[in-house]
Amino acid sequence: MARDLEKYLRNRPTRFCAGCGHGILLGAILRAIDELGIDIDDMLFVCGIGCGGWIPSPNINGDSLHTPHGRAIAFATGAKMFNPKLKVMVISGDGDLMDIGGNHLLHAAWRNIDLTVICANNMLYGMTGGQACMLTPKDAYTQTTTQGNPYYPFKFCEVLAAAGTPYVARYAVTQPFQLIRSIKKALQTTGFTFIEAVSTCPTQFGRRNQLGTPSDMLKFLKEKCITRRKAASLSKEELKGKIVTGEFTDGED
Amino acid sequence: MVLRKSVLLPGTYYFSGNEAITEGAIAAGCNFYGGYPITPSTEIMERISVRFIDTGGVFMQMEDELGAIGSIIGASWAGAKAMTATSGPGFSLMQESIGYAVMTETPIVVVNVQRAGPSTGQSVRVASGDIMQAKWGSHGDYQIIAFCPWSVQEAYNQTVQAFNLAEKYRVPVFLLTEEAIGHLRERIEVSRNMEIFNRKKKPGAAPFGTKESDGVPPMPTFGEGEKLLITGSTHDEYGIRRVSSPSVQAKLTSRLNNKILNNRDKIIDYEVHYIDDADLLVIAYGFTARSALFAIEELRQRGKKIGMLRLKTLWPFADKTVKDISGKIEKIFVPEMNRGQIAGEVMKYVCGDVVSYSQTNGEVIHPETIAEQIRRLC
Repeated sequence: MARDLEKYLRNRPTRFCAGCGHGILLGAILRAIDELGIDIDDMLFVCGIGCGGWIPSPNINGDSLHTPHGRAIAFATGAKMFNPKLKVMVISGDGDLMDIGGNHLLHAAWRNIDLTVICANNMLYGMTGGQACMLTPKDAYTQTTTQGNPYYPFKFCEVLAAAGTPYVARYAVTQPFQLIRSIKKALQTTGFTFIEAVSTCPTQFGRRNQLGTPSDMLKFLKEKCITRRKAASLSKEELKGKIVTGEFTDGED
Repeated sequence: MVLRKSVLLPGTYYFSGNEAITEGAIAAGCNFYGGYPITPSTEIMERISVRFIDTGGVFMQMEDELGAIGSIIGASWAGAKAMTATSGPGFSLMQESIGYAVMTETPIVVVNVQRAGPSTGQSVRVASGDIMQAKWGSHGDYQIIAFCPWSVQEAYNQTVQAFNLAEKYRVPVFLLTEEAIGHLRERIEVSRNMEIFNRKKKPGAAPFGTKESDGVPPMPTFGEGEKLLITGSTHDEYGIRRVSSPSVQAKLTSRLNNKILNNRDKIIDYEVHYIDDADLLVIAYGFTARSALFAIEELRQRGKKIGMLRLKTLWPFADKTVKDISGKIEKIFVPEMNRGQIAGEVMKYVCGDVVSYSQTNGEVIHPETIAEQIRRLC
């Protein structure tokens, strides 16, 4: 029973760092697929460049398309539109999907292309050594914000939800059951669906922000993440630095 | 190889180059177009968006050229014969993913209706300025195939050939046409049957390596249960990333380049005019070759012994042909609507005199200009 999910994996070790949250996310995705009884050969995984892109490729034993940086959604759009029978899942990082890929993300949402995007958010560009990007927390130290990040993380989920995307949610790898349930919901929803999965990068983010061990980073996420209901009761000041999790499209926590 | 009925009824049509390219694509079986509007190529996209309604193809107008080239690569792996059309600025944006298509051996057709550059340049004026870019525009060393039509009929025929060679060699194939051809209107003949080539299929075979002599592996499609691992990183024959292996990198880059270079003789296309007794050889292509031939025929009437080699493919470059023909003719003259991009290639392979003539004012080269330049040389 403990090794049931191995049928979805190629027989090689993953390349993730010790303590990387992406391993938890990979497990959550496979559990969601397994629980829904989807045949992996009916699926297509599309990913970009970065640690998030290494979640499906080469780990998942199915069709995968590992694209240039930021372009996963554009490639996925072509494949899906030509063969709508493919069940398409885009799995990539926050920098890849939202920074360099932001325009393609907005347009797939605009077109309501029937695919599911999982954004593995480790709050920076991990693969290249830990530079800041759109979802880096304010004041965080990264390779390119050595005096602290001057920007607030962008509320991309909220933007997509406000624009009418059928399903948008944000959960952390420290909320594994909500995350699995959310992925299942996204896969079962027709139209464009988006999940921001907040993850941990002890190697780049943790090391520079006094959260150097994997358990430090997981505790950090547990403290930072609050439900939407809880967030509604907090003041603007109290909300600063918090990560609001939940579903953005039907008000559930 | 399959004989397929042209979707247009056979007969005579009066088309612009852009319209002919669209119809050639449809005749070849193009069933996915991902594009972005850019002068002077936009009519291709507009026409195909309407024609696909009847022929059943999938049309996407993407958010930018990065999306356009990405969508056709994704569609190609989903089984489509996919095409996009653009011009200089869009061609520049597409380069990264063109390299990706080369590395992943994805058949796609990219039309560049060349306009005056650099940068925004003159969107409604002509040039042949992107020839080097088609070969070297993406980073790294690689080979591609590029056609250059000199008539609307050829624009139609070469578009069909472009799809065939893309499928045959699993490589991006370019139609480097010029605005002057794109917007030229001429009569063309559409024939009843066309030779169409489809990609090699072999379930279970390695998709990115082969011991076959042509160097082209079979190509699976998404949804066939092949568990495809497609990546732009250096990879082995099953698509597994091998970014630390010198031997895998050497083997892959060799095969990708040799796949085209070793099959040069089957890919390169050209024609010759009046070369048997020529003292001077004009090497020309595209619209300029029309002016050149007109000038040559005038000069011949006045007793000048001028011949022409017309390049129909620009890449891979016809090095052997140029070497052979120039061996018997001492002077070579290369008129171009760029600053010597093909002349430079000719000089690489020829010992004698190569005179490069450039005109980059956004206009076609007049036959009289070519005649005058030739008169100065002999």
